[in-house]
Amino acid sequence: MTDETKSHRALRLGVAGPVGTGKSSVIATICRQLRDEFALGVVTNDIYTDEDTRFLKSAGVLPEERIRAVETGACPHTAIRDDVTMNLMAVEDMERDFAPLDIVLVESGGDNLTATFSPALVDAQLFVLDVAGGGDVARKGGPGIARADLLVINKIDLGPHVDVDVDRMVADAEAARHGAPVLALSRHRPETVAALCDWVRAIHGSWANGSHTPIDPGPMAPHHHGPKDDHTHAHGHSHPHHHPHD
Amino acid sequence: MDGAGGSAALLLLSDGRLPAGGYAHSGGLEPAVTAGRVTDMSDLERFLVGREETAGLIAAAFSAAACERSRRGELFEIPALEAELDARIPSSELRRISRELGRQLRRAMSAVHPHPHYDALGAAPHQPVVMGVAAASLDLSPRDMALAILHETNADAAAAAAKVLRVDPFDVHAILARMATRLDRLAGEAARAAQGPSADLPAPGSPLADIAAEHHRRADVRLFAS
Ligand SMILES: Nc1nc2c(ncn2[C@@H]2O[C@H](COP(=O)(O)OP(=O)(O)OP(=O)(O)O)[C@@H](O)[C@H]2O)c(=O)[nH]1
Ligand SMILES: [Mg+2]
Repeated sequence: MTDETKSHRALRLGVAGPVGTGKSSVIATICRQLRDEFALGVVTNDIYTDEDTRFLKSAGVLPEERIRAVETGACPHTAIRDDVTMNLMAVEDMERDFAPLDIVLVESGGDNLTATFSPALVDAQLFVLDVAGGGDVARKGGPGIARADLLVINKIDLGPHVDVDVDRMVADAEAARHGAPVLALSRHRPETVAALCDWVRAIHGSWANGSHTPIDPGPMAPHHHGPKDDHTHAHGHSHPHHHPHD
Repeated sequence: MDGAGGSAALLLLSDGRLPAGGYAHSGGLEPAVTAGRVTDMSDLERFLVGREETAGLIAAAFSAAACERSRRGELFEIPALEAELDARIPSSELRRISRELGRQLRRAMSAVHPHPHYDALGAAPHQPVVMGVAAASLDLSPRDMALAILHETNADAAAAAAKVLRVDPFDVHAILARMATRLDRLAGEAARAAQGPSADLPAPGSPLADIAAEHHRRADVRLFAS
């Protein structure tokens, strides 16, 4: 048998976002809420340790063998975007070993705002920010924030503690996304968790009936190279240059 | 049996940017640094030379042999080649990684440049064996193949050096430049050996690297998978 042996293909759902925003927690929540409705698997991407896999296994949200770690050699963005072979094989192995699976969730290693999944790896992706990272992050834009299938603004229960106006942050995000969906989430607010589950059901539904079109959020955030910036980009598309790197 | 394939195909196969997941490995450098055996540039040079003369030569000879057999259509020789390579890698962890990298390379090359020989390689072929078959499918010669894998052996560890050691990247590449003639010589040696029986392929060892790989597997914190 070779790797090319086709088996039942699941919806492949990527979860990206900066370090510590709650990617693993979002995955744990989805597993806990939907495991009786969908057959699920999880692939994590780790930078130094297998912390994410350990966290998810210890949370007991899925049988341990359905949670697998890909080691990324300190290149989380490469593993989800430029060279997805390790992740692709982890997903395909999982689909074969537990066929038929409905959804495989792939957690990206926590990375910067420009790291998004390749459409060669996932069918849809959600991008996770949190209020603790600052209310202005949503305004910074970038491919994940602007064009992921869903933008999650997590830990809204913390808003008052970090002086972030959650409604304002959600409105900024909606503006950055030209109306694409934004979900304010807290695991302490059941109605937000229900909304997350509804979104997953809807994306699985439209993927299964063939009406979902995978989109590529794109590789790079709008950026700026210095005071005399008049260059053009070699990566095949033009974009505005108004956000300094930070 | 010189391949008529051109140099461009050789560059394609030896380019670290070939999307086959090699970036997750340091070629044993991270464990050597962690254990305090490689601390400066002269250590690094000795490490890289030692690696090329042992694991590098073995991988080169086996990939050249796989290329040779694949070019002749003698795929029935591959299982013997696999068994001989297993016997030259004492660490079960390194055997597992070699097969994992082999699967990844086959996954990538089956999409990049499909060839029926890939299907004949079994569930998890060793990476040098897949490399050899890929080289043959691109009409490269066993010597080309050996050179590509020796280059890759050095390039992976050198790229990792910047992440696990305090280095000046120019110094690292200066080592690689000093090693160029050595790699040419080893490629010739590997290609000659590839003409003979699988059992007679070179078998130099570096036991400490095998032991280090086993320890690395158990390390709580690591940057690289090996
Ligand atoms: N208050 C609050 N804390 C949360 C919420 N969701 C996650 N957290 C906490 O945020 C921290 C980071 O959560 P993780 O799920 O590990 O974040 P991550 O994005 O997976 O982190 P990395 O994988 O390290 O990048 C943990 O301490 C969680 O308990 C939430 O809704 N509210
Ligand atoms: Mg995590």
